[in-house]
Amino acid sequence: MTNKERIAGNVAGYVDDRTGAAKWLKKNLTKVFPDHWSFMLGEIALYSFIILLLSGTFLTFWFDPSQRDVIYNGSYAPLSHVQMSAAYASTLHISFDVRGGLLMRQIHHWAALIFMTAIVVHLLRVFFTGAFRKPREFNWLIGVGLLTLGIVEGFLGYSLPDDLLSGTGIRIAEAIIQAIPVVGSYLSFFAFGGPFPGHVFIPRIYMVHILLLPGIFLALITIHLMLVWYQKHTQYPGPGRTEKNVVGYPLMPVYMAKAGGFFFIVFGVTAFLGGVASINPIWLYGPYTPGQISAGSQPDWYMGWLDGLVRMSPPIETHAFGHTISWNILIPGLIIPGILFTGMALYPFIESWITGDKREHHLLDRPRNVPNRTALGIMSLTFMLISLINGGNDIIATHFHLTINGIMWFTRIGLFTIPPIAFVITKRICLSLQRADRDLVLHGRETGRLVMTPAGEFIEVHEPISAAKAWTLTQHLQDPALAIENVDEHGVRNPAGIKGRIRARWSVANAEQIPAATVTERKELEDGHH
Amino acid sequence: MKRLSRYRRHKFAAPALIVAALISIGTTFSIASALPSQQRMESTAQTTQIAEGKQIFARGCSSCHGLNAEGGSIAPSLIGVGAASVDFQVGTGRMPMADMSQQAMAKKPIYNEEETAALAAYVASLAPGPAAVTNDQLTWERDGNTAQGGELFRTNCAMCHNFAAQGGALTNGKYAPSLMGTEANKIYEAMITGPQSMPVFSDKTITPEEKLSIIKWIKAAQKEPGLGGASLGRVGPVTEGLLGWTLGLGLLIGVAVWLASKAR
Amino acid sequence: MNHEFEKFSDPGLPEHVHRNADVDPIAEKRAEQQVAILFVLSALGTILLIGSYIFIKPSSFIYLPVLGDTNTQQLLLGVGMAMSLFFIGMGAVQWARKLMSDTEVIAERHEFRSPDEDRADFVATVKEQAALADVGRRTLIKRSLGLALGLAGLSPLILLRDLGPLPKKEFDTTDWKKGTRLVTDPGDRPIKPSDLEVGAVAQVLPELSGGTVRSLENIGKDAVLLIRLRPEEFNLDTERLSWTHEGIIAFSKICSHMGCAVALYEQQTKHLLCPCHQSTFDVTRAAKVIFGPAARPLPQLAITIDADGYLVAQQPFTEPVGPSFWERSS
Repeated sequence: MTNKERIAGNVAGYVDDRTGAAKWLKKNLTKVFPDHWSFMLGEIALYSFIILLLSGTFLTFWFDPSQRDVIYNGSYAPLSHVQMSAAYASTLHISFDVRGGLLMRQIHHWAALIFMTAIVVHLLRVFFTGAFRKPREFNWLIGVGLLTLGIVEGFLGYSLPDDLLSGTGIRIAEAIIQAIPVVGSYLSFFAFGGPFPGHVFIPRIYMVHILLLPGIFLALITIHLMLVWYQKHTQYPGPGRTEKNVVGYPLMPVYMAKAGGFFFIVFGVTAFLGGVASINPIWLYGPYTPGQISAGSQPDWYMGWLDGLVRMSPPIETHAFGHTISWNILIPGLIIPGILFTGMALYPFIESWITGDKREHHLLDRPRNVPNRTALGIMSLTFMLISLINGGNDIIATHFHLTINGIMWFTRIGLFTIPPIAFVITKRICLSLQRADRDLVLHGRETGRLVMTPAGEFIEVHEPISAAKAWTLTQHLQDPALAIENVDEHGVRNPAGIKGRIRARWSVANAEQIPAATVTERKELEDGHH
Repeated sequence: MKRLSRYRRHKFAAPALIVAALISIGTTFSIASALPSQQRMESTAQTTQIAEGKQIFARGCSSCHGLNAEGGSIAPSLIGVGAASVDFQVGTGRMPMADMSQQAMAKKPIYNEEETAALAAYVASLAPGPAAVTNDQLTWERDGNTAQGGELFRTNCAMCHNFAAQGGALTNGKYAPSLMGTEANKIYEAMITGPQSMPVFSDKTITPEEKLSIIKWIKAAQKEPGLGGASLGRVGPVTEGLLGWTLGLGLLIGVAVWLASKAR
Repeated sequence: MNHEFEKFSDPGLPEHVHRNADVDPIAEKRAEQQVAILFVLSALGTILLIGSYIFIKPSSFIYLPVLGDTNTQQLLLGVGMAMSLFFIGMGAVQWARKLMSDTEVIAERHEFRSPDEDRADFVATVKEQAALADVGRRTLIKRSLGLALGLAGLSPLILLRDLGPLPKKEFDTTDWKKGTRLVTDPGDRPIKPSDLEVGAVAQVLPELSGGTVRSLENIGKDAVLLIRLRPEEFNLDTERLSWTHEGIIAFSKICSHMGCAVALYEQQTKHLLCPCHQSTFDVTRAAKVIFGPAARPLPQLAITIDADGYLVAQQPFTEPVGPSFWERSS
């Protein structure tokens, strides 16, 4: 036994003497994780969160979350002796009078943007590969919750410096609160401690931003990861990979080195962005006052789609019985987002209701093999993208010599027409890809080599694909549509008729597939050739 | 290439005009300092300048603005707009317009300084209006206050020209231009004359001293260095989001692909 | 699926292919060196970070292509920190990829569903315990517990009541009163009609009565935009026309949609544009909405002149300014 091995043994013994964890640790340190780049997306989000905690803590040492008036006398000359809130002044102080303070601010903001992008692409990966299916529905729900909280947390952080841009954002948030029927003006007064902007809003959201929401995040992320741990990670289909196993590398040491190393890589990339690219230059925006505004006032991208929806809303308000309902705010600001996020949260349950599939799934779907789901995902993505484009219509207009009115009308019409088109096209593409897979398995790979047959005919040589590849392309389940009887044997209509019909219709659409190639078919073809 | 041909047409007349203008100005100054009857000579020089301006106007402007600058169906009357307006519109190349688009864009001026001055003198002779200003007259470096200028800019200008004077969108394809590189006297003239979509900012609501402060702030904004790195166009969160999605996420996914790939 | 067709079968995990570093001692040495170089790069990054923190003045700038004039300290701190972190990560990953075992391991999964026996036991236990507690029968207890829990849930709401006062007339009123002078923002100078040329705009606020300080809450309701047109350009009814003075018309600058400052005035088209959501208002027709999501015109302030010839308000706003709210009657 070498010296090092003896030390390792002693440490392990010391820990087990005090915790009795030897068995548990042995099992978990050799836990297997499948290796794929798309499984790192959630890790980017997790690491960004840790970066946010670290850089955020740094910022709290100097940030003064107060809306009392101060006269600025720091080192940024163009704002010298300007009246502003202490929150804004202390953000300037962090930026220009704390060495590395601006770097930390920028790292914090870039990390926030990357946090949200990573959550979104992670969610897309989970959606398109069907990783949300039984038994992982809880984790999908937690994920949707984290996304929603992330949007709120990001918006609050963007609002804290009390600059002209974020103050305009708060003004709009206040208008949304104020527009809520019956209780809106009360809620607004409670939130702002009186008329907008008041002196209490920033201290209040500061506490929510640095304590309440990060606490909830931490709890939810912990559960999210524990479930991943306990349920074991999903894996892509391939030779040797089944519903009953998980193939990959052990946590100790390979995965630990890779995942741990990746944390530093994410932090490094964020620091690089924080060093070379300016983000949220609040000193240029100026302090907030309700009488000022800048051309091109936008929120950060994860709120941009919401702003885009609000911009394209038709001008509808109801005035009746001495009351006003602002549909132009409620529909794009609360109702549509509510429907979108509820639909997203419930999707795993809706899909399993439609397919009648109650089995456990640990092998991921290739998106082409589930055309309906993939098309639905692309459709939703198109909807969000069109909204997002309208959220930046003024910047797009000036940079591409378009008109804001033109972009607005394009997105107003496009919001309803383009997503369905995207659905149809995506579904067709998926089916074509399935057909291509089938042809590949049956006919082999085109080699590009031409051979002349004795009859003088030129044919391209096809090479049969490997057994592993053939398995990967044909292993997926192709369940038939549910047989739902709307009429029972006595000719009486099923009381759940409409629900049943919707389910049946969707089930049929869902089951639209190109049959996977089989050995029998390939044999028949080969026999035909010879 | 319509613009080019027009340019050539004017170019033909240009050398003569330059010489004439130079001689007239040169002689005015030298004689003015030497001779006692200063005023008479000045007014003579002015009359010549106005006459030259009228000639240029007849050739280059009258087809749209009317023979006597009374305006036409496609262009406004220039009576009473003053020399400041001419100096701004012609001096920044906005006039003559290259094409009938939504708005006249700044480009390389077609007329040189003397021609512009002659045109300005002619238009100013039609009816009184704001006088053109030179950069030397504007003592913004001495009399302006950057911070006060910033306050005024954010209240009066930022809603169209953006918080960092980068320009912004208006309705139906019109836009407020970026002020990067705009000269002090052109900024001043724009404020007092209200060219195109821009409204007028009267000397009583924004005093000349306050205008100098605004200019000083804009001049500082033009030189504003990247305190936090690449400026990303200074248009707010849109470009930041774009960079986060492309460079930020792109780099990370790139590394992830390498990380999960099997080593050889 | 058609049962008579034979499906492809799983050929099983492919054979493990050894890496160069596993079989070739030279390659192994090289991989080791690569990892070490990456870690050294990280150390250099940290040295750069420390060096630029101590030795570079915060006021020094450097010109770089793409970045332009950039603050040297901020840039080098960032680059140093990025290197220091990034290369630790790259080193660790390269170590894992090249030198740690890359033999894939198979772990078995187990169905989450418990064996039927355990499930039956579990259900029986739940039923038994419930029966012991008499949950099914004690309706009175159940209902009173529901009441207690429901009411207990109310308490945080009650305790949050003092977050703010109840709204009274704040949404309906502004500081504009009959005879209030219009003063410039910033500057606080009163304005005479002759101060504004045709085509001019001015950002104005109500004049402060002696000693008072203007708060952001005041500005958020009181901000007004003054525009001068030629009187014949107006297309207004007689009442609204009487609210203008010599072609000068005044609108609340607080957008009727979501409260942003509406001040993008296009002199030629006489349109006002809100930069937040692009609602467009026609000044000549009393700020009628001609584009965008706003549903109401901007409130117009009636103006006239006082004895000294300065512009004043004829009367307060006749409707609430700013975004809509439930209690708003029109």
